[in-house]
Amino acid sequence: MEIKQTAIAGTLESSDVQITLSQGTGIQIDLDSSVASLYGDDIKKVVTDTLASYDVTDVNVKVVDKGALDCVIKARMMAAIQRALGTVDEPNWEVL
Amino acid sequence: MKNKVGREISDTVLNEMGYKPFESTEIGHPVVTYTDHKVRVTKGDDKLVESIEDVIKANLKDGMTISFHHHFRNGDFVFNMVMDKIIELGYKDLTLAPSSLTGIMNDKVIEAVKAGVITNITSSGMRGSLGEAISHGLMKNPVIFRSHGNRARSIENGNIKIDVAFIGVPNADRMGNANGMEGDSAFGSLGYALIDAKYADKVVLLTDTIADYPNTPASIQQTQVDYVVKVDKVGDPDRIGSGATRFTKNPKELKIAKMVNDVIVNSPYFKQDFSFQTGTGGASLAVTRFLRQSMLDHNITAAFTCGGTTSPIVSLLEEGLVKKVMDVQDFDKGAASSMKKNPGQIEIDGSWYADPDNKGAMVDQLDIAILSALEIDTDFNVNVLTGSNGEIRGAVGGHQDAGTAKMTIITAPLTRGRIATIVPAVNSITTPGSSIDVVVTEVGVAVNPARQDLIAEFKKHPSVPLVSIEELQAKAEKTVGKPKPVEYTDRTVAVVEYRDGSVIDEIKQIKD
Repeated sequence: MEIKQTAIAGTLESSDVQITLSQGTGIQIDLDSSVASLYGDDIKKVVTDTLASYDVTDVNVKVVDKGALDCVIKARMMAAIQRALGTVDEPNWEVL
Repeated sequence: MKNKVGREISDTVLNEMGYKPFESTEIGHPVVTYTDHKVRVTKGDDKLVESIEDVIKANLKDGMTISFHHHFRNGDFVFNMVMDKIIELGYKDLTLAPSSLTGIMNDKVIEAVKAGVITNITSSGMRGSLGEAISHGLMKNPVIFRSHGNRARSIENGNIKIDVAFIGVPNADRMGNANGMEGDSAFGSLGYALIDAKYADKVVLLTDTIADYPNTPASIQQTQVDYVVKVDKVGDPDRIGSGATRFTKNPKELKIAKMVNDVIVNSPYFKQDFSFQTGTGGASLAVTRFLRQSMLDHNITAAFTCGGTTSPIVSLLEEGLVKKVMDVQDFDKGAASSMKKNPGQIEIDGSWYADPDNKGAMVDQLDIAILSALEIDTDFNVNVLTGSNGEIRGAVGGHQDAGTAKMTIITAPLTRGRIATIVPAVNSITTPGSSIDVVVTEVGVAVNPARQDLIAEFKKHPSVPLVSIEELQAKAEKTVGKPKPVEYTDRTVAVVEYRDGSVIDEIKQIKD
């Protein structure tokens, strides 16, 4: 799937994550997290797994994490992806 | 070799620094010898001076040990004022032995270490930029962390031999009679500094308020003091303690506090003339409020509280629910200013409070201690010194000391953000699991299996939701995942002493 527009999901509140998706080549993840040394790999895995489930292969991902749990990161990713793909009115039920 | 809590203690610490590994929380009845100290005899007419520089020049030599207290907390002006002069005068190789280090001192300590002015530190703890710098290898010699009780002990036995104590006070007369209760920068109890005044070779008071002679109450007495230095300002009253203590609205903290109250009320220790100590966290303060109601409901009053004191504790005193508040330091303005008007709020020194090597400390008489933690492991060991990333960001305080209470309760949320609080193994051990009896989280109460008596008691009361510590740990891990372990080098940046002076853990330098 192709990223049509830059999209944001999430906030900078504690235990949340803010994700910004924009057009790019390949998957580029820019991670900023207070727990990067402990959970950086886990966070990136949730990001790439969620992208894969939507078949997104070319995207720049900016992740500003405030200690969000994996389920929160996944939810924010899904919202950002659907916004970026312009498919907010057509939820991808297979992914959900 | 490994010590009794399974921590590897390096040869450097055992052989070169001469430490014994931690064995037991039992102190027994050793016969100890207190150190002597020098007294320069005077009638006292030469004490009051204007220049801290002259005092430093006349008394300080390279390689000496200097001390400060942390009662001004983040409103302290004295530490930076004195250290600035010491750095400027080019002293080298000093040992810094404050009762603790607060954030406002951080930059100055780093500057002094970088300049070679300070080459050794012993403290209760450190936070922020200083803790970070030490964890990444700022100093050649390891920092030594000691509890408040152990600091008093170490000053008495000479392990910390204070050459010059610089003691900021909100008032003093020309002879050195001083207390912490009056003046613009009043902070209440002078508890931790009283030991310095008793044992340092030279005692230098710094104050902005010269009181009429004789100044009473004299927590520090003229018989102990060499100099009274008049300075512009010793502290910032707004930053010494937080203002009014607000009651937490955080539902997690309230739930924990309610459960702590249930644990206390359903324990065998909740009876007429019981005693307790609380900390400063939101949950801890809320416990005080729940406990107040329980005391009224059961018509029970407490004989005393001890340790650091907060306004909610003072309210219990004023209501007659607590007979004596044995006060070693004050955490907020209400507690600091009430000492002078409440005869039941008693100033005690660090030795009386918590010293293991005297003829009996307050903590030895304590029924219940409610303490917090950064981490607790499945052996009930508690870490209050290092963060999840391995950096030093806390203080031993009175944790090990109050931990010897008959029932020690640790309050902690199961997780903080994505950081688990109940873990398979703590990052560093401050207080051994053998002194921890109950862990209260918002999802349940875990009792140390060594306390079958408490488990049997709590089983009778469905309001205490018992779980095992392993269940709590599993639940935390299921929520946040398994973190990558912190990577360290072999270099020891800090030694954590147990309150008897043995080494309970080492903190290693973080790999960059």
